[in-house]
This record gives sequence, C-alpha cells and structure tokens, in this order.
Amino acid sequence: MLSHLSEKFENALRQLSGRGRISESNVREAMEEVRTALLEADVHYEVVQQFCDAIVQKAIGSEVLQSLRPAQQMIKIVYDELVALIGGQEVIEEGGAERPPILYVEPGPTIIMMSGLQGSGKTTTCGKLAAYLKKKNKRVMLAAADLQRPAAVTQLQVLVDQVNEEIPSGGGEKVLFHGELDKVAEYGKAIGAAVQVARNAVIDARSQGCDVLILDTAGRLHVNDDLMNELRQVERAVNPHQIFLVIDAMTGQDAVNSAKAFNDQLELDGVILTKFDSDTRGGAALTVRQITGKPIKFMGVGEKLDALEAFHAPRIASRILGMGDVVSLVEKAQAEVSQEEALALQEKMAAGKMTMDDFLNQLRTIRKMGSMKSLLGMLPGIGSQLKDLNLDDREINRTEAIIQSMTPAERKDIDLLNNSRRRRISRGSGSDAKDVSQLVRGFEMVSKLSKQMSGMGMWSRLKAMRGLGGADMAAAMGSRGCGVSLRGGSKPQKSKYKQRKKRK
Amino acid sequence: MQVSGIGYDGGSMALFRAAIEKLRKGLSRTREGSTGALRSILAGKPLSAQLLRDLERAMIQADIGIKTAIELRKDIEAAWQRSEIESGDQALAFLKDQLRAYYPPEDRSLRFAPGSEGGPTVILVAGVNGAGKTTSIAKIAKALRDQGKSVMLAACDTFRAAAVEQLEIWSRRLGVEVIKGQQGGDPAAVAFDACEAASARKVDVLIIDTAGRLHTQEPLMRQLTKIKNVVQKKLPGGAPHEVILVIDATTGQNGINQAKVFAEAIEVTGIFLAKLDGTARGGIVIAIREQLAIPVKFVGLGETPDDVQPFDPDSFVEAMFAAPGS
Repeated sequence: MLSHLSEKFENALRQLSGRGRISESNVREAMEEVRTALLEADVHYEVVQQFCDAIVQKAIGSEVLQSLRPAQQMIKIVYDELVALIGGQEVIEEGGAERPPILYVEPGPTIIMMSGLQGSGKTTTCGKLAAYLKKKNKRVMLAAADLQRPAAVTQLQVLVDQVNEEIPSGGGEKVLFHGELDKVAEYGKAIGAAVQVARNAVIDARSQGCDVLILDTAGRLHVNDDLMNELRQVERAVNPHQIFLVIDAMTGQDAVNSAKAFNDQLELDGVILTKFDSDTRGGAALTVRQITGKPIKFMGVGEKLDALEAFHAPRIASRILGMGDVVSLVEKAQAEVSQEEALALQEKMAAGKMTMDDFLNQLRTIRKMGSMKSLLGMLPGIGSQLKDLNLDDREINRTEAIIQSMTPAERKDIDLLNNSRRRRISRGSGSDAKDVSQLVRGFEMVSKLSKQMSGMGMWSRLKAMRGLGGADMAAAMGSRGCGVSLRGGSKPQKSKYKQRKKRK
Repeated sequence: MQVSGIGYDGGSMALFRAAIEKLRKGLSRTREGSTGALRSILAGKPLSAQLLRDLERAMIQADIGIKTAIELRKDIEAAWQRSEIESGDQALAFLKDQLRAYYPPEDRSLRFAPGSEGGPTVILVAGVNGAGKTTSIAKIAKALRDQGKSVMLAACDTFRAAAVEQLEIWSRRLGVEVIKGQQGGDPAAVAFDACEAASARKVDVLIIDTAGRLHTQEPLMRQLTKIKNVVQKKLPGGAPHEVILVIDATTGQNGINQAKVFAEAIEVTGIFLAKLDGTARGGIVIAIREQLAIPVKFVGLGETPDDVQPFDPDSFVEAMFAAPGS
C-alpha cells in the first residue's frame, strides 16, 4: 500500500535535494509532480489543489529559498502538511500525541453505530472491532441491524463465534450477539424494523452488563433518502455515543460525495478505512479527513479478525514520504515478543548459543507480524522500492520445513549435520540438498556475527551488517533468499538499498 | 457457436430511458458538484482555456484517470486549434465521441456453450471483497431464468462468514438450484461438484460465485486460477464460457490493477460494473478498456435482481456528464 505515492513523492523531493539553493520555480516544478501523483492516487481534485497551494505558499514565504539545506526544509513542510491533511491540524498542535480511538462512557454500554455504503466492509469490521475490544478486556455485544442483505444477520453471528474461538481474551469475556432473524425482509421492505432491533439491542446489552455495544447497519447509498432516513431514526432511537463511517480505501473521487452525505446526515465521530492492505494509492485516506473534518480511527489491513490497526496520521505521512514507520514496526514486534524473551534471546546470541529452535521461533514471530512485504515497507527508504518486488512468504515455510526435519539434537548443534544427515533432511522436508546447506551456512554466519556484534554499539553493528553482504543475509532469512540485500552503495545518487528479483 | 443477448429488445435510447427511469423511481438523487453542472458550464459558451480545464476536471472526478483525462483534453485542444470545434457544446459532443470510441461495437452479450448438446454454459464470477458479486449473480441468474433458461448456482465462497447462506437465500427467492460446500472447504472442490451436477441435471447455465479477494493476495489469486482450471478440465469444450469480473463503480485508479491481476489469473472476458446507481460515474472502466481491452457487459443499478442493464456506451457516456435531474 501507498508505495505508488511514496515513489512519486521521493522523486519530486529528490530533485530539490543536493542543491545549495532552490528557486521558486524549482518548488513549483516539484509540486506539479506531487499534484499529478496525488490525482493518480484518487485524492479529490479540490483537496489536491489546496494541498499543493498551501505548500508552495509556505515554501516561498519561509526561509526555504534562503536555507542552506533547502531540501530538508521542504520535506519538513510537506510532512507537516501531509500530517495536517490526513490527521487534522490538532495532531500537529498536540505534537503528535495519540488520542484513544474509542471513548468509553460510564456506566456502559458505550454504543457504537457503524454506517457506510454497500460492500465497504461494515460487518467484517464489526467483527474486527469486537476482537480489538475483547483483547482490551471489554465485554462486547454485536447487534445485527442489517435486515436487508441476505444472510447479513447470520454473517454477524458467525463472526461472533469466530471471535470467541480465535481471539484469546485477557479477562475471558465472551462476545455476545443480538439478532432478530424474524425481522429480516427483502430490500426496501424492512425499513423501520431496524429501529426496533436497535432499541432491543440496547436493552439487551444493558441487562447483560456490556461495556460496548456495536450496531451493524445495512449498507446504503447516500442518495437513497428512505434508507438514510432510517439511519437517522436508528440514531435518534438509540443515541449512539460514537458513529463510525466505514469507507473502502480503494474508493475513487466519489469518496467525497458519500463521506460528505453521511457526515451531514449523521454527525460522524470517525472513519474506518477498510481494505488498506490492497494496493490502494491512498486517495480516500488523504481526502476524507479534509472533507468531513472527522478523524480516521482505524484501518483494516487483512482478512483475519485481528487485522485492524489504529490509524496514526504521522506514521502514514512518514510512510508516504518514504521515511518508513519504525514505530509501528517496533510495536508489532513488541506485541509478539515479550521483553524477557527478547533479553533471553539476546544473551544466547551474545554467547553464540543460538540454536535452530530459536531461529525457528524467530521466523514464526516474524510471520505473525505480517507479510515480509508489509514489514519491509515500514523501513525507511524501502517503501517505494517494494512496488514491483515479488516477495514470497513461502520461503519462510520452506525454511520452517527444513528445520522441522532436523532431530532435536541437530537443532541444538548444527555441527552434527554431515552429508548423510543433510540428505535425510532434504528428503524429509522435500527440498534440495542445496537449500539445506544454504540454510546451515546462513545460520552459521548469523550466529558468528551476533556473537561479534554483542559488544558493539549500534553504528558498528549496522556497518557489520552491511559488510555481511546480501547473499548471506538472504540465506539467513530463507533458504533461497528473500530478495532484498542490504549492501552499502557507493554511488550517492542511487539508493543504498538495492533490490533483486527472486530467480526461479 | 450460439450467441444471444440477455433479454433486451429496444435500441440504445430505449435502454437509456429505462435506466434513467429506474434511477428516478428508486432514488431521489442529489447529484451535485461540478461534474453534474458541466453541461450548464459549457452550454452556449465559446471554448476557452478555462472551459478545457473544467472538462479535464470533470473527467478526473469521474475516475477516468489523470493520464486519459489529459490525453482527451489535448485531443479537444487540437481539434479546437484546427477550428473543428468552437463552442462548449461542440467540445462536449466531441468528448463524448472520443469516449464512445473506447467501446467499439462489439459483442457485449453473453457467450453460451455451443448447441444443445454442448453441456452447461459456465459463468465464473470474481472480484475484490465487497464489489457486489453475490447480488450481481442474482441479477444475471434472474435475467437468464426469465429467458427460460435453467440456472444453477455454485456457492464457492467457503471463506467469508455466511456467504453460502447469502447465495442460498437468493437461490430460494429466484427458484434456482444451488450447489454448496462446507464453510472453510476447498472452493475448487465445490466447483467440481457443481460442474458434475450441472451436466448430470442438464441445466443450461451454471454460475459460480467465488470469495471476494484482494488482487494483492497472491495465494488467493492462485486459488482462483485453480477453480478455473478445475472447471476447464471437468467440462472440456470452452468452460468457463464467461469469466465476469465485478467492479464497484466507486473504485478509483486501483481498479486498473484489479482488472489486470484478475485477468492474468483467470482470463476475464467481461466486467459487471456494480453500484452505478450512486453518485460515482464508474469512469475507471474507460481506463480499463483502454489499457486492457476488457469490455463491460453489464451495469448494476440497485439492490433488487431486476436492477441490471446490459452495458450501453452511449447512455454510459451520457450519464457520465449528466446534470442533476436531466
């Protein structure tokens, strides 16, 4: 996601870097490219105009033109404008302080109402939100007020079951479900019934002592007066504390029309962007805040129930500018690995005692954090280069298979691996003998290196990593390489991060 | 090979009227903004640089894409300099002609299995999550049923919660058979069973519903290829006869990639442009036609199974620049 935009922004800003001085026309030229990139990315026409004008004004009015490092100044201006565009001015004023995406009321239940066009992903998002709240130890009820789409009530019920099965809860609270199958009717014939279901759901949630009630509503067009009216009736009947609009991140120029209409009718509290894991260029993400004045709260990033992330404008802005998003990366890692585990592993590595089992655990942790591509995309300078890169996460599976074909003794001591054992492992895991050897070699390199590095500071470590060269890093990541090498470049014009297509 | 339409008789104007009527009846529309007002901006005025910019903006706002929009604007500009057109009205007419040229008269009807002995005609339907596949299938099924054809549905979305139930409800409402598998089962196996059932029971058309998937999910795209391969093997002789990609009319420039990746995976033969009854203009299909040569076969205009129209370039282009209430 966003790699298209990221590439264009980097190109435009690169033109300005390396210059001692930049002129007004340099700035205008660069912004012309940015303008085209934003339009290609489905950002609304008017929003693009305002955004680019604001940047040109600021750049010309400020010291950028006099500055000795104009490119850096320019990047700062663009970054600030981007953050303001997708997060609102207050994000900057508050110095990037995070606001909680959901405000709870006491006493409960906090009532959350979902709304949106057909197919934007409301029902799935209801399930993800329930999973998110369950992890936070909330007692949640999902209520099905979509009585029109065939099987929508059943879908929500199945989702509730899935959340209860798949998402472990801190407090063991089950997600509850409220649905009234007998009220379901064909399109246009159930108008009004949703109001009653919503009322009943509130009573139900109250009597069962829920902290949060999430109300799923039917998808509707913003130009359908009858259905929009129904939505207002539901709102008046239950007085939700928060109303979220669910928007497909792949939406084009029309995002403005529907977001505006829903906001006018409902006074939204926030927006949830879905399907953000597609190759959307981010138009809706960059437009919706400006048009509605309402913050983007969450983004859906995958098919699984836990694929819902809080939306952070500064992080997205920094991804768009190719500056990476290390904060999110670290957070993801922290979610999977505890401090103690990390320390224990670090000590093992320093002592040169890392085993294949540790390595396997690490691989599995990485996989839980997301696809290789999404993880690499968060590193500075890499985002825009991932566009055409075909990373195959099955390489990790292959490596996993090889390690699993080893005996416990072999995993502890790879020196045991003579040719006969290697042949057995390659047969057992269905891979080439070559792959096994490559994995072993890579593992040896990494453990040797980690021993050496344990005494070094951060900078020397990085240098040591670069000295290692791409092939061996790749060998360590997966038997046939994960496609990205981290080799120091000598030409300053080119990026330091070369990429290699996987050879088949 | 027997080629037949999907149950419409009148010419394109009749169709256009029917579509507009449908839109008026069901929805009171509040199309606002510069796109809608384009005609009033252009009408009766001499062409100027400002008008050209307005035209370009209208095209971009209809999701045609900036590249195509700039090209088209340049075409108009060139014609203006050659003094072929002079007024805003002429510019709009010129633009519409250009857009129509993207859709040369071609076979927009469904392709059926040859003869009566050719076994069932298979239509494979795919698209990203929430594009409107299941509703679109109900529409195609009803249109075919109303033509007197026997229709069977295959519920191959074994992934999403209650997707099978959703298709089942449609099958009951339409009175057509449905073949289903288990939640979480292999969709290709369901497709296989459905092909077998369809030929055993001698139904005319089998429509296969698949799970919504983002085109960026490679394993899921491979699964889709597998479904197609299974159908191809099970029913040799041209199945699937149609591979329909459902695209949401609100989709932005990312739609081009959608079409490209789906076409690579399953050789898409046509597009069902869903949800054109909102304020979105669906201009993305013009970019898709230009870059990938995939025709649009149907247009979805509402939630009931009757809300489907065969794609008509004239009315589509007309609607793209229609003023509110015109």
